[in-house]
Amino acid sequence: MTHDGRRLLAQVVNKNRTSLADHRCHIARVSEGRAGRADSRLIDAIDSAGLRGRGGAGFPTAIKMRAVVENRKTPVVVVNGTEGEPVSVKDAVLMRLQPHLVLDGAAIAATAVGANEIHVCIERNNVAAIKSIELALLERAQCEPSSVVVHVHGTPPRYVAGEETALIHWLNGGDAKPTATPPRPFERGVGGRPTLVDNVETLAHVAQIVHNGPSWFRETGTQDEPGTALLTVGGAVAHGAVYEAPIGTPLAHILARAGTPSGVRAVLVGGYFGSWIAGDQLKTAALSNASLRPRGGGLGCGAVMVLPERCCGVVESTRVMRWMAMETAGQCGPCVNGLESIAATMSHIAMGSAQPEALQWLDRWALQVDGRGACKFPDGAMRFLRSALLAFGPDFLAHASGRVCADVEMPKVLPIPNVAPGWR
Amino acid sequence: MKPRIVVDMISCVGHRLCADLFPERITLDDWGYPIIDASAIPPELLSHAKRTIEACPTLALRLDKLR
Repeated sequence: MTHDGRRLLAQVVNKNRTSLADHRCHIARVSEGRAGRADSRLIDAIDSAGLRGRGGAGFPTAIKMRAVVENRKTPVVVVNGTEGEPVSVKDAVLMRLQPHLVLDGAAIAATAVGANEIHVCIERNNVAAIKSIELALLERAQCEPSSVVVHVHGTPPRYVAGEETALIHWLNGGDAKPTATPPRPFERGVGGRPTLVDNVETLAHVAQIVHNGPSWFRETGTQDEPGTALLTVGGAVAHGAVYEAPIGTPLAHILARAGTPSGVRAVLVGGYFGSWIAGDQLKTAALSNASLRPRGGGLGCGAVMVLPERCCGVVESTRVMRWMAMETAGQCGPCVNGLESIAATMSHIAMGSAQPEALQWLDRWALQVDGRGACKFPDGAMRFLRSALLAFGPDFLAHASGRVCADVEMPKVLPIPNVAPGWR
Repeated sequence: MKPRIVVDMISCVGHRLCADLFPERITLDDWGYPIIDASAIPPELLSHAKRTIEACPTLALRLDKLR
């Protein structure tokens, strides 16, 4: 590990992309396996490293791999670089600067489960990442012939398109919308074959674990959540950028590194499907699921968004909820109707024109919507809503009774992207 | 093996028949979609549950065996 704690980004010099030749000075190629035959030693190494997925859910990677292997058919590997979180760019930066680390990880995952096919999925507007991966595949085709076929796909720019059943449905020719489960991807995925879907950062860690060994991986991070994580730090900070830090790093350390000249009202940890940290918790919270889950949150995609001291948390949370209501796939009644009702009511509260019962409705709907979609999208939206009501409780009360705070006039902080039409 | 009712929320469009037929386990949310009580269905209610599942116009309900 380098002195500043970087691992995945250690080889990156002056924000330049690492070529295959440079990459191979640091990491040797892992020999390929045979299609249909799993390599349990690789899965064991990932298991003893204790690697958890970095796409948001934090599920143990080795367990996913073993589930895929249990099936008889030859598996498929899907590399998830869709990164639909509006405030996360860590996967984009990783693919742009370290494409070979990601592709090494994908190749190792394919060998581990006995797959002969890899699908790299990147949101189609993310042209820089797509070009970097395609160039990397050209470099590899010239120097390192492989029997594993790799396809690169530009996916629809919708948040839920990156959910694993949505991604598989789209790869199979359908809309990029989540499907009912079971079957789960490890049972029946791309082309009906068992499918391993892993986030790009997860796979980059896989490559380093296999090269350096599981005990090296555990030298940093925490016992339950070893290793480093990529963090997209933005909002009211002096140096917004992608940082790499050991899991368990105190939130305050990251804020100090990024610089917070306008003060800190609250921090949104884990992206739009994460949760707000405010008040005393800003001093005590650490960037790990162990620290954040008891507070109702999680590390999620590792995005850390800072609201400045002068800023209205009610307005910022309402804008995000409005975006969530637009990003629903429109399939499940409680999600479609619930998010719309909640966003509309929050708008009324933010503007000081709410009915007296508005806050009670939000509490009631948060309970009614949670856990009632085919995917976890509405659950994430309700987690965000609950944390907003908790972090900005007095502000919500004031707005709901018509006393709109002066900070509503301050510049907005959280970016709200346009919602693109179309699901193919 | 304990049976319980499961809904495929993508298939459900909110016809609301289920809540009328099986109020013991199914209520409606504020938009008319079923909220399922996933606790085990006792033997005396089982035929009742099966009739409800068959009555769903979109076939969005099924019986799941809870271990």
